[in-house]
Amino acid sequence: MAILTVALTPRGKMIPAAYELLTAGRALADSRKEPLCAAVLGSKAPEFAKNLLERGADKVFTLSDPRLDNFNDELHAKTLAALARKEGLGQILLPATVAGRSLAARLSVLLKAGLASEVCEVRQNGTGLKAKRYQYSGNVVSELEFKSQTQVLTVQAMVFPPAEKQAGRAGEIVPVALDASVESRIEFLSYQPEESSEIDLANAERVVSGGRGLGSAEAFKAIRELAQALGAAVGASRAVVDSGWIAYRHQVGLTGRTVRPKLYLACGISGQIQHLAGMSSSGTIIALNTDPDCPMMQMASISVQGDLNELLPLITAEIKRRRGQS
Amino acid sequence: MKNTPATVNMPVDSATGKLKTAGLSYAMNPFDEYAVEEALRLKERLPGSTATALTLGPDSSCEAVLREAISRGCDAGVLVTGPEFADANPYATSFALAAAVRKLHAEKPVHLLLFGKNTNDGNSGAVGPETAAWLDWPGLTSIKKIDAIDEKSATVWRTVEDGVEVLKVALPAALSTVKEINEPRLASLKGKMAAKKAAIPKWSSADLGLNPRELQAALSSTTVLRYSPPPPRPGGIRVEGATAAEKAKKLVDILVERKLI
Ligand SMILES: Cc1cc2nc3c(=O)[nH]c(=O)nc-3n(C[C@H](O)[C@H](O)[C@H](O)COP(=O)(O)OP(=O)(O)OC[C@H]3O[C@@H](n4cnc5c(N)ncnc54)[C@H](O)[C@@H]3O)c2cc1C
Repeated sequence: MAILTVALTPRGKMIPAAYELLTAGRALADSRKEPLCAAVLGSKAPEFAKNLLERGADKVFTLSDPRLDNFNDELHAKTLAALARKEGLGQILLPATVAGRSLAARLSVLLKAGLASEVCEVRQNGTGLKAKRYQYSGNVVSELEFKSQTQVLTVQAMVFPPAEKQAGRAGEIVPVALDASVESRIEFLSYQPEESSEIDLANAERVVSGGRGLGSAEAFKAIRELAQALGAAVGASRAVVDSGWIAYRHQVGLTGRTVRPKLYLACGISGQIQHLAGMSSSGTIIALNTDPDCPMMQMASISVQGDLNELLPLITAEIKRRRGQS
Repeated sequence: MKNTPATVNMPVDSATGKLKTAGLSYAMNPFDEYAVEEALRLKERLPGSTATALTLGPDSSCEAVLREAISRGCDAGVLVTGPEFADANPYATSFALAAAVRKLHAEKPVHLLLFGKNTNDGNSGAVGPETAAWLDWPGLTSIKKIDAIDEKSATVWRTVEDGVEVLKVALPAALSTVKEINEPRLASLKGKMAAKKAAIPKWSSADLGLNPRELQAALSSTTVLRYSPPPPRPGGIRVEGATAAEKAKKLVDILVERKLI
């Protein structure tokens, strides 16, 4: 059975995770000796088809219907389930985004398929499929095995590198019409974007997070300035969010968001377990803190002992200077 | 809602690949507290409505979360239970929960199911949308506000990565909530009394009429082979320096060297 990756295009833009899924899917397809298919949904779908072929898909299904422009949990799931049944698609990979997770869950039931959420590793094992994922907020890795014939997986962001473009790589493009009889009880009313200058935490390669060690809401400005110099998203500890220094969507941790950037700077964050839960699988962790013995300094890849009020402006200036030179 | 370990610092026995759960204390999954609170707020907004707490777990120790929900103001609690539900995956859990909802719905119409965004143990966030799918009800996740609502439909705000979507959903439906939706209340004294006295019905797979073969297929669709601690982090380095300026410069040197900027 062929492998399918799902390319979602919110607001008509391809999400970066779509290319990461192609990397994961390609490896599976090769070990199963099966074709790698991709489905792209929304009225702009045909515009993306060639790119998906060049990045490794053998076949691209374009579902270019305006009813699929905004994510609709029911319509997207019913449409993809029908496609999977018709085309014999056995392993379905989706991004671990808000839409991808909801879609994967509905699809698993429609297809009577086992579901593994936010996997960080997936491999063919004989005739079966095995996957690894984090549980307990990143403190435990579980390895699971699928027994169902069809398998649905969401893939953690930034675990797989994006598939590279091989210009001219060809394949099949198959337009698929949305079944007009499929109904949805969900109606899209409107969309309000986040301030556009900000980088979203979920897909950020770099995150600069501030904690109570900053001392005041005003001092948090230094975090934003460093983040801007680095091209990083802004994160925060719960202590800071609860103090009203920054909005909740920036909170990293157990009751906030999980991030997995290549670089995580924890500035004045003590490293309580609930904060670590959201960021401990980051690539390189840098801790800036006055207390060399706090958990964050102990677990960091690189630790700098010092006062943030002094350090942050100096680091920002140094980065700007280097960037200006290069 | 789910009865989950009160800590995410879960010890693992590396030799056996099992979790060391002995002696752990359990509590309501922190994310479910927002779903319970929202149910109570809707009850207050919509006179005549009631809120029932529903959980699934291997044994009667899971009753505690239902009593907690009642102590905060829920009218009743129902426990779906049986040893087969120890370590049940989200797919099997939602299969059984959907059957319980059908049973409740047959007694008195259910208009809305509320879930937390995910559990602090399994982390999947799939049980809400999967339950909706088994029931063939619409389901929405990541809900931060329930705006207009009546018996027929609800207008809700969904947080997505790049903003907020406003959607209208026909009821009955299932919604998974996020933390921003409210601030959970504590139990009242009156509530605690009610919780103590409440009779909690226990429904087995047989009571729910679950087809044993279908349940078995759901339970084994994915099985955990082993648990392990996350890979160890390589030892850290300390940036030393006489002044803050020197430390800042050295740190940026390392970042450049490691191609991190
Ligand atoms: C159920 C539950 C859920 C939770 N969820 C989350 C969550 O999602 N995310 C989260 O972050 N927390 C969460 N918490 C809270 C968590 O336990 C901690 O309280 C919180 O992370 C602490 O934030 P902090 O590190 O900013 O503050 P603190 O713990 O107060 O640490 C401040 C740090 O700053 C350092 N410092 C002080 N002054 C300076 C200076 N001038 N320069 C440099 N460093 C300085 C100090 O040495 C200290 O290490 C949760 C708690 C509970 C009970």
